[in-house]
Amino acid sequence: MIPTLFGVAVLIFFLLRVVPGDIVELKYAGAGTYAPKEALDRERAQLGLDQPIWKQFVTWIVGIPRLDFGTSMWTGQPITHEIAIRLELSIQLALMATFVAILISIPLGALAALKQDTWIDYCVRIFSIAGLAIPSFWLGIVIILAFVIYFRWLPPLTFTSFWVDPKANLTQLIWPALAVGYRYSAVATRMTRSAVLEVLREDYIRTARAKGLWERAVLVRHALKNALLPVITVLGLEFAFLVGGLVVTEQVFNLNGIGKLFVEAISQRDYTMVQSLVLLTSFIFIFVNFLVDLINACLDPRIRYR
Amino acid sequence: MARTSVPIFTLPAIFRLDLWVEASFHFSRRRPLGAVGAAIIGLMIVVAVLAGFISPYDPLATDYGKLLQAPSSSHWFGTDSFGRDVFTRIIYGSRTALWIGFASSFMGATLGALIGVTSAYFGGKIDLVLQRFMDLLLSFPLIILALVVVSLLGSGMTNVILAITVPMIPRCALVVRSSALALREMPFVEAARALGFGPLRIIVRHLVPNVMAPYLIMLTAFLGQAILLEASLSFLGLGVAEPQAAWGLMLRGAAVEFAERAPWMAIYPGLAISLSVFAFNLFGDSLRDALDPKLRLP
Repeated sequence: MIPTLFGVAVLIFFLLRVVPGDIVELKYAGAGTYAPKEALDRERAQLGLDQPIWKQFVTWIVGIPRLDFGTSMWTGQPITHEIAIRLELSIQLALMATFVAILISIPLGALAALKQDTWIDYCVRIFSIAGLAIPSFWLGIVIILAFVIYFRWLPPLTFTSFWVDPKANLTQLIWPALAVGYRYSAVATRMTRSAVLEVLREDYIRTARAKGLWERAVLVRHALKNALLPVITVLGLEFAFLVGGLVVTEQVFNLNGIGKLFVEAISQRDYTMVQSLVLLTSFIFIFVNFLVDLINACLDPRIRYR
Repeated sequence: MARTSVPIFTLPAIFRLDLWVEASFHFSRRRPLGAVGAAIIGLMIVVAVLAGFISPYDPLATDYGKLLQAPSSSHWFGTDSFGRDVFTRIIYGSRTALWIGFASSFMGATLGALIGVTSAYFGGKIDLVLQRFMDLLLSFPLIILALVVVSLLGSGMTNVILAITVPMIPRCALVVRSSALALREMPFVEAARALGFGPLRIIVRHLVPNVMAPYLIMLTAFLGQAILLEASLSFLGLGVAEPQAAWGLMLRGAAVEFAERAPWMAIYPGLAISLSVFAFNLFGDSLRDALDPKLRLP
């Protein structure tokens, strides 16, 4: 895990330094005024851009274990601070979206498997295939549209923390969570369906039924429990789509989270911010997949003993 | 005495139209959903190619006398905040989407397949280095890597294609490498090596044709994702730039701003994205089932 993250850090850092045109030029070009070369150089010195690249890299990488990512080239604020004030929102949204996805995919997938080749099955399959095709930002726009037209309600511009006002917070975040969670659930629904179908053909299901077990116990305790492993794996793999969903949905719902920060940093060429955020997302991405392996090992003794 | 004619020259199978027709019939009978997807894709391609003949207006022509008009017989999907015809812009948008989708999927899958085959054939150190690098690329979520490439190169059509290509490469390389690893041990590869053929010839003539199935599967699976990714990038303002017609771009800014007065601006481009991605996914899934049902996509 650490070597991969180090590789990511090296790759992203040096790639961002290869491109011509830096933030200082962009800042002055935006201001539209003539800037003397000395002013540009002074600004560069302030940002540490006049140092040799390897020195910049060492400064950055040494700070990371102390959670010091340096300062943003655009705002001059410490990056750790900029991320920290937005992290709560994004993490809450991610958790809610995951929750929505689980709530959609497991019951629907299991239902489709039990009613295989009936109209229920077809409806669920179309619902999940559509989830793969509908962009989450468009779904978000449609949700806002429906609210604006029918209820004259606009998403509030400021974010209320869950700890301040849980109700306002939840009503604000449930819609973006739905928009992202639906996309996130699509593959998991299909996975649940095929996993349950596969498990239902196993011998131990027949045994459970033969010993006269209550059908619901057969399904929940024997079938669903065993079918969950691949579903959890898929949720881990699809985590990438959750991130993508967050990046665009935060834009639609005007939520000031990590995704929005990332898009802004990219359009402003705020290198220090971009590199730190990329490292952070890769870390979370790798960590989630590690967590998934761990959960699978907990649930399945066969994996543990291997 | 009946004389059977012996053909002196036969076309390679890939150029034989009758085989293609036969295969398509077989495919559509076995996989009706895939055929529906293929039909929608075909229709989209026709529309994109003939955009100039089909569309009633100029996609870039602004008409300040007709801002935000509701759908009517003269403007089927209404007009946007510049008075441009939404229907026309969706038709032209299909050009952008298909071009970016096909170009990036093709490049991504091809480069990925070449890397995968090379890596599997040589094994050892080359394999290790290439795989580590692919792992590195895989540790970025799809959209993050695309955004990073955009931030390196800037926005615009060509750069968007590259930005979508890069994250596709490792995903294809992974799948192709695993099928090529099995091929490497096959007797025909050993025979080729015994005959003294060089690595280039073995890779191109013997390995590449045999990984066509996973290659095609990955290619079709990428198409829908690429179109979705392009729409997301354009929506974020980091993809195709105004005034070019692109579906994601049509949903940006004004579509939300004027949502109340002109909902058609936001509805139709999104439907276009969803329908096309839906069609590509249907086709891709059916093709995978037909070619290699056991293949798991990363």
